[in-house]
Amino acid sequence: MDRNSPPPAPPRKRLTPLDYLLFGSVAALVVYAGYRVNDVLVYNWDWSRVLGFLVRFDEDTGRWIGNLLLTGLFTTLRLAVWATLLATVIGIVMGYWRTCENLTLRIISRCYVELIRNIPPVVFIFIFFFFISSQIFPAMGLDDIDPDGALVANPVFHFLFGDPRLLSNFLAGLLCLAMFEGAYVTEIVRAGIQSVQKGQWEAARAIGLSRTNVLRDVILPQALRKILPPLAGQFITLIKDSAIVSLISIQELTFLATEVAATTTKVFETWILVGAMYFILCYSFAVLFAWFERRAARSRR
Amino acid sequence: MLDTSAARPLVEITGMCKWYGEFSALHDINLSVMEGEKVVVCGPSGSGKSTMIRCINQLEAHQKGKILVDGTEVTPDMKNIEQIRREVGMVFQSFNLFPHMTILDNLILGPMRNRGVSRKEATDLAMHYLERVQIAAQAAKYPPQLSGGQQQRVAIARALCMKPKVMLFDEPTSALDPEMIAGVLDVMIELAEDGMTMVVVTHEMGFARKVADRVVFMDEGEIIEVAHPEDFFSNPQSDRAQLFLSQLLGH
Repeated sequence: MDRNSPPPAPPRKRLTPLDYLLFGSVAALVVYAGYRVNDVLVYNWDWSRVLGFLVRFDEDTGRWIGNLLLTGLFTTLRLAVWATLLATVIGIVMGYWRTCENLTLRIISRCYVELIRNIPPVVFIFIFFFFISSQIFPAMGLDDIDPDGALVANPVFHFLFGDPRLLSNFLAGLLCLAMFEGAYVTEIVRAGIQSVQKGQWEAARAIGLSRTNVLRDVILPQALRKILPPLAGQFITLIKDSAIVSLISIQELTFLATEVAATTTKVFETWILVGAMYFILCYSFAVLFAWFERRAARSRR
Repeated sequence: MLDTSAARPLVEITGMCKWYGEFSALHDINLSVMEGEKVVVCGPSGSGKSTMIRCINQLEAHQKGKILVDGTEVTPDMKNIEQIRREVGMVFQSFNLFPHMTILDNLILGPMRNRGVSRKEATDLAMHYLERVQIAAQAAKYPPQLSGGQQQRVAIARALCMKPKVMLFDEPTSALDPEMIAGVLDVMIELAEDGMTMVVVTHEMGFARKVADRVVFMDEGEIIEVAHPEDFFSNPQSDRAQLFLSQLLGH
């Protein structure tokens, strides 16, 4: 046979009748659920009122501006981004401590992880929130910040941290979320560090690198590449978990959605819309992380 | 033969002991390595050869006895062990190149971080050593793209970039395919001819005959015999060395 002939085409995946049956029954279930809501509950669908809380037309300026739900989405986004950064820092430090030879550091990090992992997030957030909002923030003078001061009353600050009047509210939510997610990131980082071969530590030490440089130049870059997939999953979990901080009145998407649902009495519309907003947010991050992963994989080759 | 009168000891081990739990891994090790001397350490697997040389730069901690490197005592809890490690190059059985860095970056990391050398200067130095081990053309590649023999030569160059006073080799050819071994040994022989102080754990008896000033035979965590290679191979004194050599050369 001719060596240069092209390889045979792989067989194509096709949907079988059984697949169509499956899709069909799922569709039937959805239609039935819709029917129940419409006919049995006699529910009046009215999307216009809820959509009005997404964007509204401002008569004074003559422009469309974001209303409660969109504001909430941006607060959630800010919360998620800052909490991700903070949780990463906590996770890397604590994750390294978990693998340290120093017993004190190991005890501290172990306590942190076990304490947070074995308490329901809501309970942790209630405890931690009342501690920081009643003790730490007043001590830091955060409650006395002048919302019109030059430092906070500018577009950059507003873009990064939202409304200055809600700063301590925002920071409380951010800290709760970061502390909580940091524990899970810690465990992922620990697993990553431990997955780097012993020989890498030895080689790095053998050329006389300091402790910090061993970690920064040799161990962490390899560990982070390995843990990128679970880390991405954890960060998407963080975005979803950010809904919990609505319970301590942080004015993010879920909190504002509760208010919109109460005002409009359009419960289904509100939560379907909010669900879609969360989906778009999380899925965008999933796509972004997948891209990072592919990039990291490429540079390894 | 080596002129020992002018040379000073670079590595001095006296009465060193080490245990893994209850197991005595090293017992009463005494060994001095003079400047410029090449010492080959051999013995059956599990005899403590690797552990011994790994104690010299404290990749393993010893529990008793004294180790001096160029006059400075090394201890498990010392603060500036990095200073010692910069003077002691080490080559591992499994190469241990940093897989996320290019060959060149593997070489310049040490000098840049430890000696504050500029990237330009470190690169010049690295390319010099890469040429010596004949890998200069591969400088921009990543370690997994190279063959085992090439990787081990890079590892030697990486250690040399720190301009060490003594080089430790921990079975540098044991993980290599047979056709790769010669290239690595050639580099090591060349290094020996340039006067580098070397402690080599190896089963390559041809290399030992050619290069070694002394052969150290270890078994069960003890030094059994220290001899000139000709004497050791032709007329080993201890029973255990005789047994080891007969097993090694028996095939």
